[in-house]
Amino acid sequence: MSTTIAKPMPRHAGALLEVNDLKKHFPIKAGFFGGTTGHVYAVDGVSFHIEKGETLSLVGESGCGKSTVGKALLRLFPPTAGQVVLDGQRIDDLSQGKLRPIRRRVGVVFQDPFSSLNPRMRVKDLLAEPIRNYGLAKDSADLDERVAKLMDTVRLPRDAVNRWPHEFSGGQRQRICIARALAGEPDLIICDEAVSALDVSVKAQIVNLLQDLQKELGLALLFISHDLAIVEHMTHRVAVMYLGKIVEIAPRRELFSAPKHPYTEALLSAVPVPEPGAARKRIVLKGDVPSPINPPKGCRFHTRCPYAFDRCRTDEPQLQQTEPGQWAACHLHDLPAVKNPLARSAPKLAS
Amino acid sequence: MALLEVENLQTHFRTPDGGVNRAVDGLSFNVEAGQTVAIVGESGCGKSVTSMSILRLIPEPPGQIAGQIRFNGKNLLDLSDREMRAIRGNEISMIFQEPMTSLNPVLSIGKQIGEALRLHQGLSRSQAEAKAVEMLTLVGIPAPDKRVKEYPHQLSGGMRQRVMIAIALACNPKLLIADEPTTALDVTIQAQILDLMRDLKHRVGAAIVLITHDLGVVAEVAERVIVMYAGRKVEEARVEDLFRAPKHPYTQGLLGAVPKLGSSLDGTSERLAEIPGLVPSLKQKLQGCVFASRCPQVTELCRTAAPALEEKAPAHIAACHYAVKEAVPA
Amino acid sequence: MSTSLQPPRASVPEGVAVAAPLPDIMQPKVARKGFLGYLLRHPTIAFGGFLLLVMFCVAIFAPFLFTKDPTALAPVMRTRDPSAAHWFGTDMLGRDVYSRVLYGTRVSLMVGFGVAFCASVIGLTIGLVSGMVRWADSIIMRVMDGLMSIPSILLAIALMALTRGSVGNVILAITIAEIPRVSRLVRGVVLSLREQPYVDAAIACGTRTPVIIWRHILPNTLAPMTVQATYICASAMITEAILSFIGAGTPPIIPSWGNIMAEGRALWQVKPYIVFFPALFLSITVLAVNLLGDGLRDSLDPRLAKRV
Repeated sequence: MSTTIAKPMPRHAGALLEVNDLKKHFPIKAGFFGGTTGHVYAVDGVSFHIEKGETLSLVGESGCGKSTVGKALLRLFPPTAGQVVLDGQRIDDLSQGKLRPIRRRVGVVFQDPFSSLNPRMRVKDLLAEPIRNYGLAKDSADLDERVAKLMDTVRLPRDAVNRWPHEFSGGQRQRICIARALAGEPDLIICDEAVSALDVSVKAQIVNLLQDLQKELGLALLFISHDLAIVEHMTHRVAVMYLGKIVEIAPRRELFSAPKHPYTEALLSAVPVPEPGAARKRIVLKGDVPSPINPPKGCRFHTRCPYAFDRCRTDEPQLQQTEPGQWAACHLHDLPAVKNPLARSAPKLAS
Repeated sequence: MALLEVENLQTHFRTPDGGVNRAVDGLSFNVEAGQTVAIVGESGCGKSVTSMSILRLIPEPPGQIAGQIRFNGKNLLDLSDREMRAIRGNEISMIFQEPMTSLNPVLSIGKQIGEALRLHQGLSRSQAEAKAVEMLTLVGIPAPDKRVKEYPHQLSGGMRQRVMIAIALACNPKLLIADEPTTALDVTIQAQILDLMRDLKHRVGAAIVLITHDLGVVAEVAERVIVMYAGRKVEEARVEDLFRAPKHPYTQGLLGAVPKLGSSLDGTSERLAEIPGLVPSLKQKLQGCVFASRCPQVTELCRTAAPALEEKAPAHIAACHYAVKEAVPA
Repeated sequence: MSTSLQPPRASVPEGVAVAAPLPDIMQPKVARKGFLGYLLRHPTIAFGGFLLLVMFCVAIFAPFLFTKDPTALAPVMRTRDPSAAHWFGTDMLGRDVYSRVLYGTRVSLMVGFGVAFCASVIGLTIGLVSGMVRWADSIIMRVMDGLMSIPSILLAIALMALTRGSVGNVILAITIAEIPRVSRLVRGVVLSLREQPYVDAAIACGTRTPVIIWRHILPNTLAPMTVQATYICASAMITEAILSFIGAGTPPIIPSWGNIMAEGRALWQVKPYIVFFPALFLSITVLAVNLLGDGLRDSLDPRLAKRV
């Protein structure tokens, strides 16, 4: 199926988080007076939503802006443009003071378990910090009880609260980071490459923990990752980013079985599969990702796209619905189905 | 005689508090000429220390190496520093994980490729430059005659890794040690480099020791696989056998812990297999099997007696008391 | 199959292949625990600290170390060579050089540590503000650039010229000259610390900026700050000696190594010991402080500690 007229993405009023046309441009300063000589278009118009209890994954290669989206949502820097709506309330234009109590609802886990914990704070102080900030504990006994419960939640021994971060392994530290993210009893956790730095066996432990917590606590996850196999294992829906834009957003099964954007297709085929001699058609993309300082005109992917044609070099494609719930920004879907190499649909489930 | 024979390699380090870290403990393996052998394991299993030991790049102290590393029949550990320098970058060369820090930022890439050639093969400046252009063509860098004059910061990560490969292959080495060559790269660039490595393997004919933690990369490139855990070899097999029928519980756990692309298509996305617990500290001498503290099938025997590496199936060895032994022809 | 190997324990059943035991190629050393063990692992700290401790004892117990009144004039005893009565000889006014050098230790240590403390505290404050507050940063750093363009010794001389010579004023003058360097260092450390994920995580946890500075940034600047303070201490001692040598520092009534050397300067050709002994003490003290600083840097630097 292909639609000829690009319809705008619908609004999702009941969603937990709604992001509309988010942009983040970093100025490049140079010269004696620090004048702006250009911009890094790190995130350039990104829209998505996350339902309660849902996992949305943001995938893409380094420099595509996926981490910048996460940090802009956390307001670690102000977004250049766009709207962020959390549970019906706009939060992108709030002052830091007004935003502070709302931060409770969004937790974060970063990539590097070694630098995300202050080396000079004990585990109990690390976990107590958000509880104190949001005034969640009635007294110090309640605080200790909450910290101990957090340790239970992430399957760490309660008596480890008096230890220092350096006494833990990478996986244990990541559990502490998850406990800290859970301390404010959030609705959404942003996992910024949260398992990428971990070893295979530990990665599986943390992935399982995150899935268990999602079921137990009804959490929504924004799972930012470059590892497609982990994403496929964890997620409900996937958004693929390339050079600051979402090129495809779709439910997991549709995206992994019948990608509707050439970049998604290439990305999937590039993943090495732990299965020797597996016969696979690999699309090896030529060249490198262009600089986000000076992104290509038209479709940003046209410099590497195996299917690029004239229109791709001039017109920028908009996200359009190709299958129910599956949106892709590619001109191929405006062509007749016979000429569209990405026209096939996801196979139906047997039962 | 194999090209590289590592026998009972022990690389230990003195820790700052006076203890001993047994980073590699009793490792033996062979690499035949032209063969690609992967060493896989998680961080701290000793795989990188092994590669550094082969090249004698371990600083002593705090390190100390024992055992034998025979390259073409010569024990590398007996050579003088001068003789070792003549082998390094010439007969044995290395590709590192981080292409930015392994290249010298103030030398043009042509100079860096030519350096080894002029040192080991006595080429003149112009011959070395011509050879550098040839090497860049070999590793698939477009416009090599222009690129040869550029500096590392002008190249992207993938291009830098190609340059690293060009430098490593410049002297026609018999053995190439690649330590996590694609780990720092994006997945589409990783695909390019893996393609290149597979292609070059046939054209250059060097034996490759591939150090990696990524089982997907192993499956794509290697012929034989050595699985390391806590400084020891726990299993070694041909790549098909290892992925089809792993014998050691650690290898089984490792394979089960990796999610497979396409798992959502059959509609069942089961829970990942976990290996519970942590890697044991290498600061004590381990009694019994190294994997005993995390093994689901552990018994008292495993805790007291370390299993020997045994041939459990043809050309498939594992160190486990309880691994099923298939018929091995005498 | 290695069934011929003797099993290590009787409990191992027949036919089980047991790996050959691995030899120890390196014997573990039993490291001493506690303070003494720390000193043994860091000989530079031990040696520098010991020398400095000796200097502190000299400064505190100067009156009891067989000294005479360092300011007592004795015109008949002028310019005597070292002897049993005057260990380091006497100067051109007949004062005992040994006593003067020992009392001079007090001035040097007071100035060195006074400047190190004051410059660290002020520099830390300025550096923290500059590193955390964007708009203040450009103003503060331009002022510091201006201060740094004046050689610190000239700045100190100029400041001394405006005030009365006293130990307090010397400390003040050298402190002002040192502040730009310290605040630049702290600002650099703060700028790298505020990019740390744990600071981002703290912001995301709803922690207020003053708390972030106090709890997450300040404690992590203290290690590099301590190391820097020792270098400031050493350079302040030298600056004090220079100021006193040219007569712009400690008043002549208080003996300091700088003014002892200044007084012996005219007789350098014939009575070198008047200059030699204070210079020797100055060198030893500066060496001690620098050794301590290097040792602390090695022991506090996490990058070095992480190595195998």
